[in-house]
Amino acid sequence: MRSGVIARKLGMTRLFMEDGRQVPVTVLELDGCQVVAQRTADRDGYSAVQLGAGSARAKRVSRPMRGHFAAASVAPKRKIAEFRVAPENLIDVGAEISADHYVAGQYVDISGTSIGKGFQGGMKRHNFGGLRASHGVSISHRSHGSTGQCQDPGRVFKGKKMAGHMGAARVTTQNLEVVRTDPSRGLIMVKGAVPGARGGWVTVKDAVKKKLPEGVPFPAAVKAAEADVARSAEEAPAATPEQGAEA
Amino acid sequence: MNVIEAIEAEQVAALGKEIPDFKAGDTVRVGFKVTEGTRTRVQNFEGVCIARKGGDGIAGSFTVRKISFGEGVERVFPIHSTNIDSITVVRRGRVRRSKLYYLRERRGKSARIAEQTNYRPKRATAPARGADQ
Repeated sequence: MRSGVIARKLGMTRLFMEDGRQVPVTVLELDGCQVVAQRTADRDGYSAVQLGAGSARAKRVSRPMRGHFAAASVAPKRKIAEFRVAPENLIDVGAEISADHYVAGQYVDISGTSIGKGFQGGMKRHNFGGLRASHGVSISHRSHGSTGQCQDPGRVFKGKKMAGHMGAARVTTQNLEVVRTDPSRGLIMVKGAVPGARGGWVTVKDAVKKKLPEGVPFPAAVKAAEADVARSAEEAPAATPEQGAEA
Repeated sequence: MNVIEAIEAEQVAALGKEIPDFKAGDTVRVGFKVTEGTRTRVQNFEGVCIARKGGDGIAGSFTVRKISFGEGVERVFPIHSTNIDSITVVRRGRVRRSKLYYLRERRGKSARIAEQTNYRPKRATAPARGADQ
């Protein structure tokens, strides 16, 4: 099991393939995705890497978190997430993961916070059918119907699907195909839709239900020194993906 | 320019399509690549462009309508599709709206479009994208 990444959802576009196919893709951006801490089995009881992404102003970060970032000697991060990894796949603290962590054609699971929909009725929230348009139905065409039985049990069962707050919940979309990566700009393009609004944070992991293809970097694709990053950013996006030093 | 726009602009440049200046009302001939088994050939579809949608960017498309054996046929083409071999403007039409869906209810004489005689390329700054008429 290797680490995932934290990415920002930029939005959707389409790609034209050589054979005339159009592929709808979501563009995800890796914005300074660095390892902030490690969790090891002998100290924490499990092995994982804590990644941080984005950039936060030091003034806006709480003092304990500032100390935490200082201990790792990384800039304050906007978003932090832990990824469980096998002990041999731990990544050094401070290493920055690049977009060629994923290879085109592999499948990933992406989690994010879905767009909030507010208080919604049963029809929108749970795909209820609603009531009839005529035959004596008045005012309540979009209501849910019965919520249970009669005097026995005399109550509504817990978990009954009803109207209520919808969206703004953690959603995972499984088995999304990676169509293209652009390490120079830190972009991952994934076929199909990804939960959340534009600008939202998502976590990208290798798909649980698909086999990992050959050629995936272990333990992670790590960006090399700062100079290399600046150079690759200047080069054309069509340049061959530079593989950073393996951590 | 944000990243998505940059990606789209790069793709448009990379596809390098020669797209003539045309609009709804123009008669266009679209050379569309058809794959039959292993070999591909170009099939022409000529008719009136009744709609342009999605602008000139990567998401743009246009609808071509023609009457084929007495039956109206419409096809939607993405402007930048790699399956499009060529787009040729056959005739410039003078119309007063951008979507000519009213042509669907019309046949024969009432479905004619007057020719625009005083056509001038819209973008004087981009001579490469001028009309090929």
